[in-house]
Amino acid sequence: MALTTVDYGTMVMLLILVAASLAMCFIKDLVHAVIVYGTYSLIMALVWLQMNTPDIAITEAAAGIGMTVLMMVAIFRTSRREE
Amino acid sequence: MRDFILKRVAALLLPFIQMYGLYVIFHGHVSPGGSFAGGIVVGLAFIAFATIYGLERGRAKMPERITTLTESYGTLWYGIMGMVGIIKGAPFLANKLAGIDLGTLGTLSSGGLISLIGLGVGIRVASTMITLFFTMMEEES
Repeated sequence: MALTTVDYGTMVMLLILVAASLAMCFIKDLVHAVIVYGTYSLIMALVWLQMNTPDIAITEAAAGIGMTVLMMVAIFRTSRREE
Repeated sequence: MRDFILKRVAALLLPFIQMYGLYVIFHGHVSPGGSFAGGIVVGLAFIAFATIYGLERGRAKMPERITTLTESYGTLWYGIMGMVGIIKGAPFLANKLAGIDLGTLGTLSSGGLISLIGLGVGIRVASTMITLFFTMMEEES
């Protein structure tokens, strides 16, 4: 019943989410992994918007894409970049 | 990270990003978003400036003395706005009970004190994010 309310566009976005989170596990360069994480957050914000929660979408876009990515980049400037 | 195109685009975009953050803070009760998301957007503008233009110039925009003040007084502002209800003879953080005119539905003034309370929370969140970023960046270098 829950699946019938999810349309095909959302299904494609959820598949991209799975692919991005799997890719993050296997990428060696941590900066590249953070960029893939930004993609993950962007798609996740679109999924929230699709599920009629624009409030969470804005928070995901601001905190997930902007803040987390910048914080991770700030960490990599002071520590090792390669895993 | 010292790119010419990046600097020009940032100089063009950052004021609008900050205005959008303030819009999200003030319209938290009538449109999506809120003081937390808006505060992050405002803080992000400063952090992006520091990332693109260098740490020294970013720190000059937002010195540690000012972030300490805004972080503390943002929280104090929340308490002061809550005390308005008590002064008017109503519970803490009271809005309509304190006799504040709520205006027409769907406009900015329909929230009463909510916009002003959100301003305190937004300033607090923004300065916390800026402090966090600069603490992590200046740790080693």
